[in-house]
Amino acid sequence: MTQTMTDQAETPPFDDNDGTLLAIVGHMIPASARHGVPGADDPAIYADILRSVGRDRQALAEALAAVETRAGAGFAALSRAEQAAVLQEFRADEPALASVIEAVTARCYYRDDRVMASIGIEVRPPFPEGYAVEEGDLSLLDPVRARGPIWRAP
Amino acid sequence: MNEKVDVLIIGAGASGAAMAWSLADTRMRILCLDQGDWQNTSDFPSNGRDWEARLTEDFALSPNRRRLSADYPVNDDDSPIKISNFNGVGGGTILYAGHYPRLHPSDFRVRSLDGVADDWPIDYETLEPFFALNDRMMGVASLAGDPAYPEKDQVMGPIPLGRTGQVLGKALNDLGWHWWPSDAAIATREYEGRAPCINLGQCGSGCAQGAKGTTDLTYWPEAQRARVEIRPRCRVSRIETGPDGMATGAHYFDADGKEHFQPAEIVILACNGIGTPRLLLNSASGRFPNGLANSSGLVGRNLMLHPYAQIRGHFDQPMDGHRGSPICIWSHEFYETEAARGFVRGYCYQFSRGMGPVRTATTGMADGLLPWGEDHHDAFRRLFGHSAGMLAICEDLPEEHNRVTLDPDLKDANGIPAPKISYRLSENSRLMLDHSVERGVKILKAAGARDITTRAPLPYAGWHLMGTARMGTDPERSVVNEWGRSHDVKNLFIVDGSVFVTSGGVNPTSTIQAVALYVADQIKTRLYELFD
Ligand SMILES: Cc1cc2nc3c(=O)[nH]c(=O)nc-3n(C[C@H](O)[C@H](O)[C@H](O)COP(=O)(O)OP(=O)(O)OC[C@H]3O[C@@H](n4cnc5c(N)ncnc54)[C@H](O)[C@@H]3O)c2cc1C
Ligand code: SF4
Repeated sequence: MTQTMTDQAETPPFDDNDGTLLAIVGHMIPASARHGVPGADDPAIYADILRSVGRDRQALAEALAAVETRAGAGFAALSRAEQAAVLQEFRADEPALASVIEAVTARCYYRDDRVMASIGIEVRPPFPEGYAVEEGDLSLLDPVRARGPIWRAP
Repeated sequence: MNEKVDVLIIGAGASGAAMAWSLADTRMRILCLDQGDWQNTSDFPSNGRDWEARLTEDFALSPNRRRLSADYPVNDDDSPIKISNFNGVGGGTILYAGHYPRLHPSDFRVRSLDGVADDWPIDYETLEPFFALNDRMMGVASLAGDPAYPEKDQVMGPIPLGRTGQVLGKALNDLGWHWWPSDAAIATREYEGRAPCINLGQCGSGCAQGAKGTTDLTYWPEAQRARVEIRPRCRVSRIETGPDGMATGAHYFDADGKEHFQPAEIVILACNGIGTPRLLLNSASGRFPNGLANSSGLVGRNLMLHPYAQIRGHFDQPMDGHRGSPICIWSHEFYETEAARGFVRGYCYQFSRGMGPVRTATTGMADGLLPWGEDHHDAFRRLFGHSAGMLAICEDLPEEHNRVTLDPDLKDANGIPAPKISYRLSENSRLMLDHSVERGVKILKAAGARDITTRAPLPYAGWHLMGTARMGTDPERSVVNEWGRSHDVKNLFIVDGSVFVTSGGVNPTSTIQAVALYVADQIKTRLYELFD
C-alpha cells in the first residue's frame, strides 16, 4: 500500500444534508442567554464547522452513521427528548466516535468572536501581540537551594 | 549526475544542523539533504484565529494524521505510544517545546550504578564542553545553580514562572521536593538576531515570533554563511556502497519525484531514531543483506520512547491559561534509583501551564469534566484558564524486542518502504508510571487542585526517538563506535538520537546535539586517519 501525502488542505464543506450534525451540535453546546452566547448550531458557527471538518471527514461520517443507526428512522426527525436519549447512549457506548464530533464542534465554537469575548479571551490570534505572564518570585527557590546538590555522582 | 561532495548529511533537524555547522570550519564541501522544506514563520498557526484547529490538521503531531508531502507514514499500530515528529529544515525542533534538560552524569553509567542496560562509551564530562557550546548556539534560557545538575553556565535569564510555576513551586516546597525553572531553548531577550519570547504559548506548533531555538534559525543560517549547502525536499531512499564496502553516496527523489544519485566521501545520518534505521534497513544489498551497518543485528532494535504520564488539575484561582511557554518548571526529585520503589532508574516532571479554549473543551469533554447541554457553559468557565499540571518523563530502558523494522506493505509517496514500530511497555516502566502518577496527584492536591485527571502512558507522546543504532566499543553489541562511526562502514556516521545507549529520564535534544557536536569534533580531530 502506497500512501500519497499532499499539502493540499482545501476540501469542500462537509455534507450534512439530513441535518444530523446540526441537531447534535445543538445538543452538545446549546445557546445560553445567561452567558450571552450562541449555540454551536448558530448559522455562522455551524457553517464554520462544515467548512472545517478537514482530516476528520471520514471519521465524522462514521460517527453520524452510528448515531443514525441508533436512532432508527431519521435522527433529525426525533423529538428533542428522544434525540437526547440517543445521544446519551451513543456517548456512553462509543466515546471515540463521540470525541470526533466534539472535536469538530469545539474547534469552531471556541473561535467565534461572541464566544471568545464571553469566556474572557482577547478576540485575536496570539501573534503578533503575544501575552503577559508574571515573572514570578525566584526567592521561592530558597528552600531548594538550602538543601544542596541532589545529583548522583557516577 | 551530481558533483561529488566531501560530506553528505542526511537530515536537517536538531543533530544534522549542529553537525553541519561544526564541520563548516574545515572548509570541506558539505551538502545536507532533507525531505522537507524551510518553514515560514508567517505560516505558523499562531498567526491566525484557527490556531488551535491547526494543531490537529497540518500541524498535527503524528505524520499519519498530518500527511504533508514532507511526511512519510509510520505504522505504529503495534505500540501503545504513537509516533510524532516533524519533517523539514529544523526537524523536530520546529514542533518541540524547547524544554531543554541535559542527561545527568549518572545516565551514562547505568550498568555500573544500577546493574541494568549498558554504560555509554562516553560520559557527561566528555560532553560538557559541547553541552555548553550548544546552549550558546541554541540560545538557552535558564537559572544558574540548579542543585539537580553539576554547575553550568547561564546564557540568559529563565522563562517566567508565571502563576503555574509559583503555585506548584510552593506545593513542592511544602512536600520538600526539588523543583527549578526549566532550562528552555527559548530566547528571553534579544539574542543573536532572535526576538524575545512574547508568551504566545504555541511553541508546539512553531514559534511565529522566532524566539524558540529551532535549528533553521540557529545553526542553519550560520552554516549557510560558511557555505554549507542545504537541498530541501529531497528524500533519500538508500545509501549506496562500493566494492570496498565503503559508502559512495545516496540515492534520493527530488520534489518532482525524479531520482538522483549524490556521490560523497563521507555520509552522515541525522534522520532521527526512526528515520535512520529505516534508511539503513532500506539500504540492504548483496554485501549487506540485513541492512547497512547491521552486522550486529541491532539496527532498529532497542527503540526507546520515554513513556509519559500526564497529571492535570484545576484551581479556583486563575492560572496562566494558554499564555506563556507551555512548560515552566521541572522537578528531578525522583530521578535516581531508590530500591524501595520497586523499579530501577527514574523520571522527571515537567510542569505545564494551561490550554487554549478548544483544547480545554475537547479534553474536558473526553475526561468527563465537561457535559453536553445547558451545563456545558458553567463547567467550561470553571476549567478554562484554571488548569495546570505536569508530565512525567520516564526513563525507558533498552529492550531488543522494541524495534523499528520495514513494513512489508506500507510505502511513502515515493514508493520507499515505511517503518513499522513494535513496542511494549516494560514492567519497570509501568511501575515507574504508576509511581509518577501517584506523586503527581499528591503535588496537585498539595497545591489545592480539584478535578484531577491522569493518563499513563500518554498515547500520542512518541516524540523522543532513541536507541536504534546504539554507540559502543564492541561491534557485536553496537552499531557505531564511541565517536559515531559505523563499525562496519568506515565512512558512515550516525549523529541523531539513534546512537543513545540509554534514554535518561529527560527530553533528549540537548544531549542529541551535544553528541553531534562531539562527533563533529572527533571527525575534525581525526580527519587524516578517519577511515583507519
Ligand atoms: C511535538 C514535539 C515536542 C517535542 N518537545 C521536545 C522538548 O521539549 N524537548 C526536547 O528535548 N525534545 C523535544 N522533542 C523531540 C525533538 O524534536 C527531537 O529529539 C529532535 O528533533 C531529534 O533530533 P534529530 O536530529 O535526531 O532528528 P529530527 O530533528 O527529527 O530531524 C530528522 C530530519 O531528517 C529528515 N529525514 C528523515 N528521513 C529522511 C530521508 N530518508 N531523506 C531525507 N530526509 C530525511 C526529516 O525530514 C527531519 O527533518 C519534541 C518533538 C516533538 C515532535
Ligand atoms: S511562548 Fe515564546 S517561544 Fe513559545 S511560541 Fe510563544 S513566543 Fe515562541
